[in-house]
Amino acid sequence: MKQMKKVLNFSENIAEEPIIYHLIADYGVRVNILRASIDPGKHGRMFVELAGEDSQLSRGLNYLERTGVQVEPLAQEIQHLTDRCTSCTSCVPHCPTQALDVDRQSWEVSFNPEKCIVCLSCLDVCIYKAMTLTGS
Amino acid sequence: MTKTIEEINAKIRSGKAVVLTAEEIIDVVREKGVKQTAEEVDVVTTGTFSPMCSSGAFFNIKQLKEKIKIGGGFATLNGVAAYAGLAAADIYLGVTALPDGDPRNSNGRPGKFRYGGAHVIEDLVSGKKVTLKAGGHGTDCYPLKEREQLIGFDDMNDAFLFNPRNCYQNYNVAVNLSDKPIYTYMGKLKPKLGNANYCSAGQLSPLFNDPYYRTIGIGTRVFFCGAQGYVAWHGTQHNPAVKRLENGTPETPAGTVALIGDLKQMNPKWLKAVSFTGYGVTLSVAVGVPIPIIDEEMVRYVSVPDDALTAPVVDYSTFYPTGEGEGRLCDVTYAELKSGSITVKGKKVPTGSFSSYARAREVAGHLKDLIQKGNFLLTQAQAPLPGASPHSHEKFI
Repeated sequence: MKQMKKVLNFSENIAEEPIIYHLIADYGVRVNILRASIDPGKHGRMFVELAGEDSQLSRGLNYLERTGVQVEPLAQEIQHLTDRCTSCTSCVPHCPTQALDVDRQSWEVSFNPEKCIVCLSCLDVCIYKAMTLTGS
Repeated sequence: MTKTIEEINAKIRSGKAVVLTAEEIIDVVREKGVKQTAEEVDVVTTGTFSPMCSSGAFFNIKQLKEKIKIGGGFATLNGVAAYAGLAAADIYLGVTALPDGDPRNSNGRPGKFRYGGAHVIEDLVSGKKVTLKAGGHGTDCYPLKEREQLIGFDDMNDAFLFNPRNCYQNYNVAVNLSDKPIYTYMGKLKPKLGNANYCSAGQLSPLFNDPYYRTIGIGTRVFFCGAQGYVAWHGTQHNPAVKRLENGTPETPAGTVALIGDLKQMNPKWLKAVSFTGYGVTLSVAVGVPIPIIDEEMVRYVSVPDDALTAPVVDYSTFYPTGEGEGRLCDVTYAELKSGSITVKGKKVPTGSFSSYARAREVAGHLKDLIQKGNFLLTQAQAPLPGASPHSHEKFI
């Protein structure tokens, strides 16, 4: 089983198609939607984690491209600058996936990039600019 | 059993002083009792590391061969205006000052406030140079009318932090009852009690450990952003006359201190500029205050744990800005705040802090180490802070 994070770009003329349904039902790809912004008649973006066997994934990606979905690797990543972070914990309630968490013994804040869905909430609330977006 | 500051200092000089942090002493008192602890322990150290907006620095700029009278004129450092209404070469830079042209909140709310007075101060403490632009009206004795130059600490005779209000004794827990997110000096508050932000080190916080200011007064030497500083005066808005719990600690924000210390001796680890989205720039400051254990009463004060300290939960959508509507929603303990969630109006609300407990613990531990090694002596307060009578608190209630 392989996993990959991708950004799917939907042009406005395909935003109403049940593309994710076909990706799951017809190609056996496991889709975890991290973040999505899709409106009928508008360009949409979906951040997903795809999982499956090599053949399922390659056939699935092939299907997406045939239907006109532009697939990009999830190039943007959140970085935790530990020299700026003071472990104040103000970010913790804003992180929807507990990628930012505090150990309530040591009181140090840690960041787990595996859990991060690049929602950018922390960028808005970290007063020390200890959270940055890279690779954009 | 009583001890004088001189007796405690003699023990510090001989390397025999027993020093504990305000966190460590809690279990010691539980185990040994107040009387024995008072006999055995000499000093308890406190600590806090948190944004404190009422902060700023005085600078005296060395004159060039041809002199300028900045006083009555203007001065900016990296574009951030300093106050220039003093003598020819003295200026004061407040941490919340913003440069002209900063988009602030006008150009696409909420503003990011990426650079301000606090950043200038952090840059200088980090050894960087900043651009001074100054102007004066020119006099017979100060003929130069304009000056522009990269300057650092070497170009200043003096640079000292003089903060009119630090170390608030207790603080509000901020929540948002409205149906839209708000950006405040207590951070981003999500609608309908989406989160609660607090700002105190609780059991480690300096003034919580000397609730009636029996030992902390004017002239008290403190750990201040990596240097040794002093309590210069009571802080602005110092208000000891609030309702208190039986253990003496205030239920709401109460005492404050004005602090002074040599900026050139400070460490960028313990002084950090911060940007509150939608609000502005300010400075996080590290302060550690040693509490001399002069008698058993002080042992009782320094051993109050988080579950016996409370803070009021206040709505910052309507009540704080306008004084209208429902204000103090309930009181919660610092133990509850630190558990990760509190209950307000029947709803479980996740908590976050702006005061770093990890760094507060580090400050208290560092100050303990300095005292144990004989590198930090205590001072006798030269005058008390207002309202510091330990046995007349009933009148405040």
